[in-house]
Amino acid sequence: MRQSNLYIILYAAAITIVCGGALAFASQSLKPLQDANIELERKKNILATVMQLKEGDDVVKLYSSLVKERVIDFQGNIKTGVKASSVIIAEQYKRKPEERLLPIYEFRNQSDTSKIENAVMPVFGYGLWNNIWGFVALKSDLNTVQGVKFEHAGETPGLGARITGDDIQIRYKGKMVFDGDNIRSIVMQKGEGVDYSSDAHKVDGMSGATLTAKGVNNMLKDYFACYENYLKKNQKTLSLNL
Amino acid sequence: MSTATAEVEVVEKKAEPLFSKKNKKLISNPLDIDNPITVQVLGICSALAVTTQMKPAFVMSIGLMIVAASSNVVISLLRNTIPSRIRIIVQLAIVSLWVILVDQVLKAYVYDVSKQLSVFVGLIITNCIVMGRLEAFAMSNKPWPSFLDGIGNGLGYGIILMMVAFVRELFGGGSIFGFKVFEAMGITYQGNGLLLLPAGACIIVGIIIWIQRSINGYRETH
Repeated sequence: MRQSNLYIILYAAAITIVCGGALAFASQSLKPLQDANIELERKKNILATVMQLKEGDDVVKLYSSLVKERVIDFQGNIKTGVKASSVIIAEQYKRKPEERLLPIYEFRNQSDTSKIENAVMPVFGYGLWNNIWGFVALKSDLNTVQGVKFEHAGETPGLGARITGDDIQIRYKGKMVFDGDNIRSIVMQKGEGVDYSSDAHKVDGMSGATLTAKGVNNMLKDYFACYENYLKKNQKTLSLNL
Repeated sequence: MSTATAEVEVVEKKAEPLFSKKNKKLISNPLDIDNPITVQVLGICSALAVTTQMKPAFVMSIGLMIVAASSNVVISLLRNTIPSRIRIIVQLAIVSLWVILVDQVLKAYVYDVSKQLSVFVGLIITNCIVMGRLEAFAMSNKPWPSFLDGIGNGLGYGIILMMVAFVRELFGGGSIFGFKVFEAMGITYQGNGLLLLPAGACIIVGIIIWIQRSINGYRETH
């Protein structure tokens, strides 16, 4: 009986249904906790582009006191009624740049809130194997990079996956987005071990991971262009304030 | 009355104590003479991959132990119903179920660790230790011994993982469980990069096998 085709088919079906049901239940009941973790990770990453986080820092409290979330459109106008945390970058990425909702995270001066101290932009793109994303923080001139934070879903460990490492991310510090009035972006070069400290738009590459670097370069170029109007607008008000 | 007591006695005689000598061996054998990594040489891939630091190695060991033990129990319970022609795929389905459950729980409660382990938790599905124990033990044994067998093999795997991770993290990165040992002692220590590479793990596993074999008096038979 145990060898009959009918028994085997029914057995396989029953196993599939039971396992599937158990997994669906687990996934649904654990989702709130997992989402909270992802949200915390996002806040941590945003803060980490601007400041050095220490072990035991209350990320949620720091974030709510320092960061002002806004959503803007391609023209640099503030979109009201949309919460930055509800904007899913991966979904917006599929749209044309002109139609994307763009979250921006501003670190305002504590005493004078009209002054932006740092602006953090989310970035999203495609590496060699899968999605890459992250945050880029600009200094108050809205041109110089304060810090970056990159994450990846499936880059090769030891090669492309190095973009998550501090040693790679520190290379972006102090680089410039604009050259005069135009965006020139920051380009990771091919090959490793060259000193680009005198060039504000080039960073040293990752040996063996040129294609991931290309993905990072495209991602930055794409998103700097998205935020160009916002950055320029705020740079103007900044110079007026001075 | 008397017949009832007699019956109880018979049942008691048949029932094996939970931790009989045989059952204890199920736990202790995999730790040494039947170790999954150093003797059966199974699960080497993950032993090389997750042992650069002790924390992921520890979580991975616990994860594998849970998966091995619970899949063993489930397969053992089902062993008389599983059609032999599709037994491997049924085993695989049960293992995958437990692995995904472990992965989901890790994502919910220890997100950092789950990010670090990422693909390796998923790879427990194809870990030869789990499949090997299901096929070799759980398919022909009762649930309780199968449970012990899973725990034993998980422990055997975990012990080697922790040993390798200890050496690699201490001499490769100068810390234990993330605690900077050498810094705390006031010694500047330049980490040994080789130990952090998979090759370093291979060498350490090799040394452990060497030591174990010379203690146990193992001889290659020709």
